[in-house]
Formats: sequence, structure tokens, C-alpha cells
Amino acid sequence: MADVTEKTAFRSGAGAAPAAPAPAPAPPRRRLRLRRGITPWLFLIAPLALLITFTYVPIANMAAYSLTDWDGVSPELNYTGVGNYTEIFTREDLFRVFFVSGYYLAASVVQIVAALYFATILSFNVRFRNFFKGVLFFPYLINGVAIGFVFLYFFQDGGTLDSVLSLFGYHSDHAWLGTPVSANTSLAGVSVWRYMGVNFVLFLGAIQSIPGELYEAAELDGANRWHQFRYIIAPGIKPVVTLTVILSISGSLSAFEIPYIMTGGATGTATFVIQTLNLAFRFNKTGLASAAAIVLLLIILLVTWVQRRLVPDDRVDLV
Amino acid sequence: MNRRHILAMVVGAALLVPGCTGTGGTSKGADAKAPDDPSKVTGTIKVLTVRTDLVQDGTMKKYAAEFNKTYPKVKVEFEALTNYESEVKIRMNTENYGDVLLIPAVIKKSDYPKFFASLGTRQERGKKYRFTDFTTVDGKVYGQTPVGVSPGFVYNKRVWKEAGVTDWPTTPAEFLDDLKAIKSKTDAIPYYTNFAAGWTLTSWTSVNGSVHCDAKATDKLAEGDPWAKDADLRVGDTLLYDTVKSGLIEKDPTTSNWEQSKPRTAKGEIATQWLGTWAIVQFQDAAKKAGVNPDDIGFMPFPSQVDGKFCAVIGPDYNQAVNVHSKHKDAARAWIDWFTDKSTYAQDNLAISPLKDAPLPAVMKPYEDAGVKFIEVDDGKGAQVKSIDNQSETGIYAPEYRQKLVDLARGARKGSLDDFFADLSERWTEAQKNSGS
Repeated sequence: MADVTEKTAFRSGAGAAPAAPAPAPAPPRRRLRLRRGITPWLFLIAPLALLITFTYVPIANMAAYSLTDWDGVSPELNYTGVGNYTEIFTREDLFRVFFVSGYYLAASVVQIVAALYFATILSFNVRFRNFFKGVLFFPYLINGVAIGFVFLYFFQDGGTLDSVLSLFGYHSDHAWLGTPVSANTSLAGVSVWRYMGVNFVLFLGAIQSIPGELYEAAELDGANRWHQFRYIIAPGIKPVVTLTVILSISGSLSAFEIPYIMTGGATGTATFVIQTLNLAFRFNKTGLASAAAIVLLLIILLVTWVQRRLVPDDRVDLV
Repeated sequence: MNRRHILAMVVGAALLVPGCTGTGGTSKGADAKAPDDPSKVTGTIKVLTVRTDLVQDGTMKKYAAEFNKTYPKVKVEFEALTNYESEVKIRMNTENYGDVLLIPAVIKKSDYPKFFASLGTRQERGKKYRFTDFTTVDGKVYGQTPVGVSPGFVYNKRVWKEAGVTDWPTTPAEFLDDLKAIKSKTDAIPYYTNFAAGWTLTSWTSVNGSVHCDAKATDKLAEGDPWAKDADLRVGDTLLYDTVKSGLIEKDPTTSNWEQSKPRTAKGEIATQWLGTWAIVQFQDAAKKAGVNPDDIGFMPFPSQVDGKFCAVIGPDYNQAVNVHSKHKDAARAWIDWFTDKSTYAQDNLAISPLKDAPLPAVMKPYEDAGVKFIEVDDGKGAQVKSIDNQSETGIYAPEYRQKLVDLARGARKGSLDDFFADLSERWTEAQKNSGS
């Protein structure tokens, strides 16, 4: 952003200079150029100040805490160097929670496929399509805490899910949040329910930006719906799919609010973020927790980087 | 490398420089002296509390109005926090954490003088008040609880009677038999874990002391192995494990509901819960609202006897303290003194008064009749226990470890109970060594 504004400003400045009368004194011109150079920065002060105050300073603070043994409240804190990082990497129990992310990762595959399916169908002329779009996007508009509570009742013994199943003659006696596998699957299911709408909207937007003539031409050539999807839609929305996959992976690694509200991490549903939170607030190891947070950040950056390498962001060229 | 990258690096480097906290240590060691003349005390004080219910229904205002009869020039404001511990912890990094506050569990005892003003010496306060050693650092007391609590089982008398049990069980085995009788003879859930709420399981740590009637139980946590054979916590945890394992609890603990458990216990759908005396008043209220007899709510001690007598541990609830940075320390001190000595707060909550000469509340009548021995567990090593707990990440004051225990008992987690305890012991004693005790 900054570059663009600056360049434009510079170019207009350069354009204006020759137009100025030749014997113009040097100082005003320099001042003019200085002011032109400053202008974009003036506009940037507010966003930069916000960005630095609320993003970079806290992260820098966290990085600083991660090198100490701070307990989160005591005025005394000791510098421990990389001690916290050594502890994280030598204690395998701290990494075991990443297995839980596997459930969310699997769920995000389901989520992306379902979103893609619905987006494709609803991009064609379907009856009530706007209604269905609304229905699919709606869950994302509900606050995560509310969703947590709603689904607690949903999974309760004799709750909504059990009642619905019994309508179909299936009388389950299953504690949905009772065992690690079933609990994690249920929670991942809730997260699919919640986030599919976002993926769906992204896909739909991308699909609708594909020129309509292409479909017509394809139909004339005898392509059926699957062919259209395979050769027009899928390549057309590839960048958006890549983006969604990246978001899903980082989201799965940092899954938090649904398991935290619904089970508090009990019965093997603790994710890395919940564990970090427990370290910081239950056991007052703020230093160690900061280090864990930094590690998570680095892992996500790494995953994103690897992915960008594997799937380069090439230009879409359909025509 | 273009200009933008350089800029980003410079900014990043500059940001890494600051970082450490700075809580002013200037007021360290201040005293909050009791004012001599009530009419001269002035100022507006802010009192932080966990009792959102009492602030909302105006009860706290009534106490304040009563307080103003003695101290007319002090204005008392309340701020109730739902998520007290974590919110106050963050605020305590600044100087603005009210004038009177409840001491959060996270504050290290040795740090009390940095955060709170002293209320007097242990020697002098110990004559009048119970539980003073819980907040004593170097002979000075930093907090005062308005109520004392005793852990125990809240139970529905009617259900227990229906099951044919009239006497309190005296051993864990007897307790289990009674619960089994309740399961076979009534429709009630014998024991409700309140697994989902978490803190309800945490309270099982408070069996410490009552099993062997040992006033030095906390020292044993600091120096010994809490899960050694026959140690207090092991006895309590084993009882919890056996209860769950025998299927005497709710069908799906993971979706249990604390608020619902109150009326359900009152109505007799739930027979028993391990809580504390503080809960009695809430369950009786729930009974009144549900239109059933509040007298059905009973309270019993941990099923263990020493020399034919039950033991009940009494300890402080949250301690009130004066912010060391407060501008109206005398007014804050006046509030604490008045609230502890003169207000009806303890009676209103059917709680044990922190005043040594005050009588026991009426709900404890069955305790007196049964000759239950009350003990105050010495908290001299309390700070050390907390630090071992944090260091080892065991969490005897956090829900996870007992949630794991319950999961283990109902088969949602693999392993044996002995291995589970052995792992806890190992971590605990390891942390003991590291903390240099």
C-alpha cells in the first residue's frame, strides 16, 4: 500500500516540476518536495499507530516474556534465556495436543468439500438459491460463545440430537462428549457447521467472477455439469481454494473457542491454545505460555510458507 | 532489500527493546490502620467482589447503607466481576485494582506486601479472628475473610432416608454402599459430579485434613506425597474414582449443568454433591423456588472418623484486603473491619463467622449434635504447596486433574488408577525437590 501511494505522489510531483516557471527559487521547491514526501505518511499515521500499538508491541512484549519465568502478576521476573523454548521442545506431552488438531484438520477437508459443493450448485440457477445462501452463511453470524452453549444442549443426554435421532427410530444411549474420539468428532462437527458458511461465500464469490459465456460455450461443446466444474470452475477458483486451505490449517492448529466453551478441554479435547491458556492462567507460567504462543505462531508461519512453495500462486487464465 | 523491509526491521527491533512490566514498588509495606474516629473518615472507596448476585439485587447496597450509619462520610462503590480471578490478575499489573479487593489465588503469598496494605500483626489479630495465618507474611496480616467455610456433602435428606440410610456413613466403603442403596431403592442420581463446571471437582482437594483429622495436613502436602498410600488426597480421590467407577453418578457427566443441579438436588433428583457450607443457602433458595421443602437440604462431613468422631476442616473464603496504592486506606480498612465484625453477611450466608467468639450457624446444628470436631488447618506452608502445584502442573486447585480422574474411572481414558496416582506423585515430589523444600 505504502509503495503505491508514494510512487503516485512522486510521479505527480515530477510531473508538476517542469511545469513550474524556470527561475523558481530552490528552497520552496525543496520544501514542496519534502511536503509531498511526507503527505502519504501523514495519512498512514493512524493505521500505523493502531497496527503497532495493538499488534506489534504486544507480540514483541510476548516475545520478551517468553524469555523470562514471569508468573503473570508478580513484579519480579527473571531472565531465563531460551529455557522456556527448551522445555517446550523437550516435553512431548506439550506437543501431544496437536493430535487433537488432526480432528479439526479432517473436519476442514469435509468443510471445504461441502462448501465447494454448495457453492457450485448455488452458482447455477436453482430455485430459492438466495434463501439457501442465507441459510448456509447464517451460522457464521452467530457468536462463538452462543454456539458453544447451543451445542452443549444439542449434545446433552436426551438433548436435541438424541431427540432428533429418536424421531427416526434410533434411540441412542451415547454420551456424545463422553469419550475423546466422540467428543473431538462432535466438536469438530460443530466447527464445520460454524465455518462452512465463510468458505462457501468465498467460493461463491470466486465462481461468480467467472465469465458466464464460458459455461455457454462449454455447454455448446457438450460439457455436462461435472465437466464444467472440472475444467472451468475448479481452475478458476484455485487461488481462493489455496487461501481457504491455508486458513483451515492454521485454524485447525489454533482451534480454541468451541472446545474451550463446550468442554473446557476435558476428556482429551484440549487443543494447543487451551493448553497454552492453562499454562498461563492455571499454573501461572506466563513465560512458558508466551513461548508456546510464539512456537504456535512460528509453526503456522512455516506451514503457510511450505504451502505457498508447494502450490505457487499462479495467475488464473481461463480464456 | 527495499526500503519497506528495512523500515519493518527497524520498527521490529525497536519494539523488542521494551517489554518488562513495572509495578511500582514504592508503597511496599504500607499499613492500613484502623481509624480512631469514624466520623472523620472520608473518601470514596471501590470494593471489588465476586458476588455479582448480591450487587445486582441490591444486598451489597444495603450493607453499605448500614455501614454509613457508623461512617457517614465514606462512599462505598461496588464492582462485581464474573470472571474475578483472571480479570483482577490483569488489573493488578497497574495500580488501579479497587480500594478493597479479594486476594486472588494467583498472588504469591510473599508478594502480598507489594500489593496490599497490612491490617496489623498476626499476634494482635489472631486473638480475635480465625484463619489469620492464611494471609500472614513476616508476622503481618494482609487479608481478612468475612466468612469461613467447611467442605462437605450437600445431600437430600429425604432421598437418603428413602434409601434406608439414617446415619452418616463413617468410612468411604460405607459411603459407597449408601450410594448403591440410593441407586437401587430410589430414582435419584446417587452422586452428581458437576464435571462440566470443573471447579466443583476441584473442591475435592479440600478433603485434605478431614480424613485424618490433621491440622498439619497442608504441611504434609508441602513435604510429603499427597498420593502415598492412605494420604488424605489419595483417600478422597479414590472415593471419587470408586463412585464414578461403580456407576453411581449422572449418565453423561460431560454435559452436567451446575445451575440445574441445585433445583434437582432440592427436588430429590440428585442425592449428593461434594461442595461446602457456602452452598447450603443456595440450595435452600433453589428449593424455595422449586416449591419444595428447603429443610430437606442436609450437610454431612467426609466419611472418615478418628477416635469415633468426624472431623470438619474450616477455612477462609476469599480474603478481603486493602490495595497498597489506595488513597483512602483508612476508609478501606474501616469497611473491612465493619464488614467482618458488624455486618450480618456471615449470618445471611449461613456461614461460619471468622470471629472466634461467634456461635456456629444454625445449619451446623447436626454437626454439633454429632460431636463433629472442627479443625483449622495450619496454612504456614500454603504458599509452598501452591508453588509446587504450579511447578508440577498437577493442578490440585484446577479442574483438569480430577476431570482426568473421572474420565479414567468411566473408561474414557486408558490406564489404571495406580499408574495415575504414581504419575501424580512423581511429578509432585519432583517439583518439591526443585522448589528446594
